[in-house]
Amino acid sequence: MSSVRGDVDAVARGEARPASEVVAEVAEGRLATEQMILNVGPQHPATHGVFRLLATIDGEVLVDAEPIIGYMHRGYEKLVEVRDYRQITNLVSRMDWLSNIQNELPLHLALEKLMEIEVPPRAQYMRVIMLEMNRILNHLMFFASFGAELGAITPTFYAFREREEIQIAMEMATGGRMHFGFFRPGGLREDVPKGFLAQALKGVRQTIERLPDYENLLLGNEIFKQRTIDVGILDKETAYSYGVSGPIARGSDIDLDIRKDEPYLVYDRFDFEVHSGRNGDCFDRFWVLVHEVVESAKIVEQAIEDLPSGPIMGKVPRVVQAPAGEVYVHTENSLGELGMYLVSDGDRRPYRLKIRTPSYSNVSALPEVLRNTYVSDMIAILGSFFFVLGDIDR
Amino acid sequence: MIDITLTAWQVLLIKLLVILTVVPVGALVGGYAEHKVMAHLQHRLGPMYPGGFHGWATTLADGLKFLYKEDIVPAAADRRVFTLAPAAIFVPILMIYLVIPMDRNLIVEDLDVGIFYLLAMGSVSTIGVLMAGWSSANKYALIGALRSAAQLIAYELPIVLAAAAIAMLAGTLSLVGIVEAQDYPFAVWPPGIGLLAFLIFVTGAVAEMTRVPFDMPVAESEIITGPFTEYSGMRYIFSHMFAEMGHMVAFGGIGATLFLGGYRPIVPWEPLEYVPGIVWFFAKTALMIFLFLWIRPTFPRVREDQLQKFAWKFLIPLSLLLILVTGAWVIYV
Repeated sequence: MSSVRGDVDAVARGEARPASEVVAEVAEGRLATEQMILNVGPQHPATHGVFRLLATIDGEVLVDAEPIIGYMHRGYEKLVEVRDYRQITNLVSRMDWLSNIQNELPLHLALEKLMEIEVPPRAQYMRVIMLEMNRILNHLMFFASFGAELGAITPTFYAFREREEIQIAMEMATGGRMHFGFFRPGGLREDVPKGFLAQALKGVRQTIERLPDYENLLLGNEIFKQRTIDVGILDKETAYSYGVSGPIARGSDIDLDIRKDEPYLVYDRFDFEVHSGRNGDCFDRFWVLVHEVVESAKIVEQAIEDLPSGPIMGKVPRVVQAPAGEVYVHTENSLGELGMYLVSDGDRRPYRLKIRTPSYSNVSALPEVLRNTYVSDMIAILGSFFFVLGDIDR
Repeated sequence: MIDITLTAWQVLLIKLLVILTVVPVGALVGGYAEHKVMAHLQHRLGPMYPGGFHGWATTLADGLKFLYKEDIVPAAADRRVFTLAPAAIFVPILMIYLVIPMDRNLIVEDLDVGIFYLLAMGSVSTIGVLMAGWSSANKYALIGALRSAAQLIAYELPIVLAAAAIAMLAGTLSLVGIVEAQDYPFAVWPPGIGLLAFLIFVTGAVAEMTRVPFDMPVAESEIITGPFTEYSGMRYIFSHMFAEMGHMVAFGGIGATLFLGGYRPIVPWEPLEYVPGIVWFFAKTALMIFLFLWIRPTFPRVREDQLQKFAWKFLIPLSLLLILVTGAWVIYV
C-alpha cells in the first residue's frame, strides 16, 4: 500500500486490498492488520546523518529493518592513492569526525613500520595522551546523544560542559577543535605549548569527579532502565560473526581491546581496565561506554605523570617515501577496531590503502538486533550502536 | 461608586476579550518561561538578546518569524481537514478558561457542571490531532495521531477520577463552589486523599499535554513531530507549540482551582486577604506551570507499551482506589 489513505488506484492495480475485504475480516473476529513500509531517513533525527533504515512495521512492531548505507561515500580509499603521505593525515582524520586523531594513528604506525622509523618516547606518550583525550570527547558525545534520543535533554548540556575543558586542551596543542592533524610520520607536528598539561589534567580530573553524577542521571533513572534493559540484545555469537568490535562488542561480553591484547605505542605501561557487559543489551553497551571514559581519563593522568622529556620527532628522511611492501596495522578506535592495510610500491603515495572501519562492521549487525522490536526500541538500539556516518561510508 | 449598566452584547464582548487574552498571553509567557527554566536547570542562560532584558521578547519574535513562513499544504493531503485541524486543536483550549474562576467574580460563565465541562473540553482537541495526523498523508503523522488518541483514552480516565474525588469532597460540580469549599490549599481535603488526587492529576495532565516523559505522540527522535510533521508556519504554531503552551496554562489553571485553592490566599492570615484574588490565582497557576516545566528536563521518554501499561495497570486502579477511599471518607467521617 503506497499511501496511508485508501488508495483506489492501488486496489485497482491489485497492490492493496479493497476496504470491504478488510471490514469483513474484522467482522469475523480476525483483526486485520496490514504491514506498512516506513522509510526512516536518509534525513531523520535519530540517524545522526544520512543513514537510511527501510523498516517494515506492523502497528508499533518493527517486523524487519534493512540499513541502507552509502549516502556519504566520499571515496577516501581512492583519494589517498593520488596524495602524498603527509597529505593523507588530514584526509583520514575526516573519516570519523568524532575520533579524528585516532584515525591518524594507524596510518602513521603503518608508515613507521614500513620505513623503520623509531618514534621517540616523548612523542609516544604525547600520542597516548591525545588519543585518550579524543576517546573521552567521543564517548561523552555519544553519552549526550543517547540521552537526547531517549528524550532526556539535560545530559547533553552536562556532557558538553565536560567536553569543553578537554577541547580547550586539544585546541591549545593542535590549534583545531575538530580536525587536529597533529601526528606526523616519526612523531608529532610540534611539541605541546606551556600550560597544555595542566589544562589536560584539569579536564580529565573534572571528568572523573563529575561522571558519577551524570551516571546517576541516566543509568540510575528508572525510565531509562526500562527503556534499555533487555532491549536490543546482541548475543556473543552474532557479535563475533559480524566482526563487531569496540564498546558494542564489549557490551556483549566479548573481552576484546586491542590496547590490552596487542599493545601498540606504550599502552602496556599503563594500568587500566577493560570493562565488559553481560547481556549485550542497550544498557550494557551504554554502561561500558560510560565506564571507558573513566579508564581513558586514568590513562591520561598516568601518561602525564610519566611523561619523559626529549625530542618529539624521530629521524625521518626529507622525502617520506615508503619502501615497497605491505603492512596491516589495527588500533583500538573509540568505536572499535580500526585497521589499515597499506600497500606501497616504493612511491611517495600509497599504492593501495584498505581501511577497515569499526562503524561499518558494527552497523551490519543491526538487522539481527532490530527484528521484532518496537518502533521506540529502534531509536534506543540505533543510539546504542554508537556509529558515525562518515566512518561507515568513508 | 459609578453605576455601570452594560447590554448583553457588551458583556459578551468583554467576556470574549478576557478569554482571548488570558490563554494567548499565558502561552507566550509560558513559552518564555520554558526557555528560561529549562536553561537554568541545564547550566546555561537561555535566550538573552531579543528585547534587551534577558531576552523577554523571544517568544514574540518566534511567533513573528512563523507568521512570515510559507503555509505549505502537501499535495496528497486532504486539504479541507488539514487546514481545519489547527483550529480544532486550539479553540477547545481557549474554551477551557470559560469556566475557570480567576477571581470571586471574574469568571465568564459559572456553570453548575463546571468541572464536567472543563474535563470534556480538555480532551476535545485530540479530535483535531487525529484530523491533523490523518489528513497529512504522512506515515509518521498517522503513527503519531494514533498514539495520541490511545494516550488520551488511557490518561483521561485518571484525570476524571481524580477530579471526581474532589467533586465528591466538595459536594458540588461548580468550580466556584469547589474553590469556596477549600479554605486554603489541601486544608479541606483529608490528608493523603488530596495529595494523591493531585499527583494523579499532574501525571494525567502531563500525559494529556503530550510532554516528556509521556511525549510519545510527538517524540522528535522517532516520528519527527508526530501529527504535526507536515505543518509549517502559523498552522504549526497553532497546532503544536502554542497549543502545547495553551494546554499547559489551562491545566495549570485547572490544577490551581481544584487543588491549590484557586483565588483564595495560601494560608489563613488576615493581611493576605487584601491581596486581590486574581494575583493568587495566577501565582498558583504559575506554580503549576513551573511544576510541568520542571518535569521535562528531568526524565527520559517512556515507550508506547510502557506508557499504556503504566496507565491501565497502575494509574487507573490507583484512581479507583482513591474514589473508594474518598467515598468512604465522605460517608463515614
